[in-house]
Amino acid sequence: MLEIKNLKVKVKNNDIIKGIDIFLKKGEIHVIMGPNGSGKSTLSNVITGKNGYEIEGSISYKNEDLLKKSIDERAVLGIYQAFQYPIEIPGVNSLNFIKQSLNAIRKRKNQKPLDSIEFKNLIKEKQLELGIDDSFLKRDINVGFSGGEKKKFDILHMSILNPELIILDEIDSGLDIDALKSVAEGINKIKNGKTILIITHYQRLLNYIKPDIVHIMKDGKIVLTGGREIVNILEKEGYKSFEKTTL
Amino acid sequence: MKQEFLEKTLKTDYKYGFFTDIESEKAPKGLNEDIIKLISLKKNEPSWMLLYRLKAYEHFKTLKEPSWQYVKYDKIDYQNIHYYSAPKKNSLTSLDQIDKKILDTYEKLGIPLNEQKKLANVAVDAVFDSVSVATTYKEKLIKQGIIFCSMSEALQKYPDLVKKYLGSAVSYKDNFFACLNACVFTDGSFVFIPENVKCPMDLSTYFRINEANTGQFERTLIIASKNSKVSYLEGCTAPKRDENQLHAAVVELIALENSEIKYSTVQNWYPGDENGKGGIYNFVTKRGKCLGDFSKISWTQVETGSSITWKYPSCFLIGDNSVGEFYSIAITNNFQQADTGSKMLHLGKNTKSTIISKGISLNNGKNTYRGLVDIFPKAEKSRNFTQCDSLLIGDKSEANTIPNIITKNDSSIVEHEATTSKISEDQLYFAMQRGLSNEDAISMIVNGFCKKVLSQLPLEFAVEAQKLLSISLENSVG
Repeated sequence: MLEIKNLKVKVKNNDIIKGIDIFLKKGEIHVIMGPNGSGKSTLSNVITGKNGYEIEGSISYKNEDLLKKSIDERAVLGIYQAFQYPIEIPGVNSLNFIKQSLNAIRKRKNQKPLDSIEFKNLIKEKQLELGIDDSFLKRDINVGFSGGEKKKFDILHMSILNPELIILDEIDSGLDIDALKSVAEGINKIKNGKTILIITHYQRLLNYIKPDIVHIMKDGKIVLTGGREIVNILEKEGYKSFEKTTL
Repeated sequence: MKQEFLEKTLKTDYKYGFFTDIESEKAPKGLNEDIIKLISLKKNEPSWMLLYRLKAYEHFKTLKEPSWQYVKYDKIDYQNIHYYSAPKKNSLTSLDQIDKKILDTYEKLGIPLNEQKKLANVAVDAVFDSVSVATTYKEKLIKQGIIFCSMSEALQKYPDLVKKYLGSAVSYKDNFFACLNACVFTDGSFVFIPENVKCPMDLSTYFRINEANTGQFERTLIIASKNSKVSYLEGCTAPKRDENQLHAAVVELIALENSEIKYSTVQNWYPGDENGKGGIYNFVTKRGKCLGDFSKISWTQVETGSSITWKYPSCFLIGDNSVGEFYSIAITNNFQQADTGSKMLHLGKNTKSTIISKGISLNNGKNTYRGLVDIFPKAEKSRNFTQCDSLLIGDKSEANTIPNIITKNDSSIVEHEATTSKISEDQLYFAMQRGLSNEDAISMIVNGFCKKVLSQLPLEFAVEAQKLLSISLENSVG
């Protein structure tokens, strides 16, 4: 599904990612864990196509060269990134944004855009499924949302777009335990068969979403890849325990 | 946003840039007493009108073009302009006698004038170069006592009304361009709403400059009698030309007791090409007088065209409890320059004014908000709220805010907010990650920025304005 080969990324001549390889098979859940500054968020931005990076190596997605595609083209291919800090857009209604985004993608896939009634039905169905009330949908995008509302909005948007590859970029930061739990439950409801890449500093999200493969990233490199058991080691001993393995 | 994206210049063609080849009758170039007399004669005006024009001209000779505004342009040669141009075949009475090419022109602009196709719920006065060529729904409106006709016709049929109010909100001494207009204005629209009548449809004037080297100097006068209400829309376009053309219009609004006038403009004059060549110089004077108690005047403008925009729609809040509003979106792309804002003069007690201005600059565009709120000693318990926000797109665009707020009594309250922001890279990235193209993402963010003003426009106009906004932004930022 997603193949990252010998990826090196620089920002203003600083090496941030120093050659990594990651392969995600369809339906797998991978987690990349690492301390601050290890290059985790840069990796997720490079996959989705954010500007401002010098990139070497290759990223292919469903056998297409992802690096040649623009941000929106990658979104149309079914890649969805949930952000650590959801962005506010004043004056733009949240619900309209979801609709505009869905129809933009449908149009580019040569599918008929949904009319207002079809869209309303779809959103109702998803809200019911996820147990999300709609009070914040009447407001401008993320303006005045609580931390929990921002994440709910994101998960609702995600479920409407129905992406194939989901990147969860430190979505657990700043959430209290209840909010974290409800976010994780939401993701579990929509994840079936989807490929997921979780990026996180902490293991607490992994109490709810069980990864198949765990990568530990430090100083721009993957220092260890393995199964779920690594999370437990990390929990007990911290990132320090992985220092030796970098050698 | 990367700089190379931004540097892509506007490639969208100005949709209304065509020229209609018709025979027209033009006065010789230049400005002098003889030309003024010729215009007055052509229009068969009452003698007081000619005397007014000549008095204005005497005053004009003492004036200098203003230079305080924050725009730069080549000196205008006022002797190199035709002050009168009219299609040869023209009649104020029947559509059949209008040159078919002119009807086609308006149809192409989306303003069909003939009976079968005319717009529902909007009465249109079509002004082509110096003259009004047609007014729809005139007969239907007159049944309710509503007068909607060209200024030329009003001078023939309702000279007393015109004489009473013309120049009362915009004196020829107001400024250089208003004075020039008083000398040579050729046509425009005239509206009179009688007492206790709410105008059942939006009234609208569509201005079209067609001929080269002509200036358009129209004059609009709207009078709302006691307890009446009217909504008026103004639209404008011009052919693409390499030379600059001058548009110096005057609009006067008179609101009597408990009446309401809503005046909306979507200004889409030719803005010049991406190198700043050509375009309309738009120097416009718009003033409204809230004469009666509880009267209200509301200006809404969406300024997307013109190479230079210079206008400050104003309200004189004379009646007690009167209300003045100004909602503005000004977008400057490429080398467009806008210096625009509002004046709110509070003279009556308990008067209220609101100014919401949204300036958007992209590429080399320059946008200045200039405003004056003056609350006089007798205007007790008055209020003003001013909000001016600027949005910059790219690194070469420019925005300025020059608010001037004066309160001369203790019981009044003024509030002022101003922000300048750039479309952030994160907002764009976020919207595009959700599948929107770069253009759609920018358009969405800009529309959000303008929402407060767009929501003030009459519905059909708002749709038009939104489209216009996205056209103005198209391809300009990658």
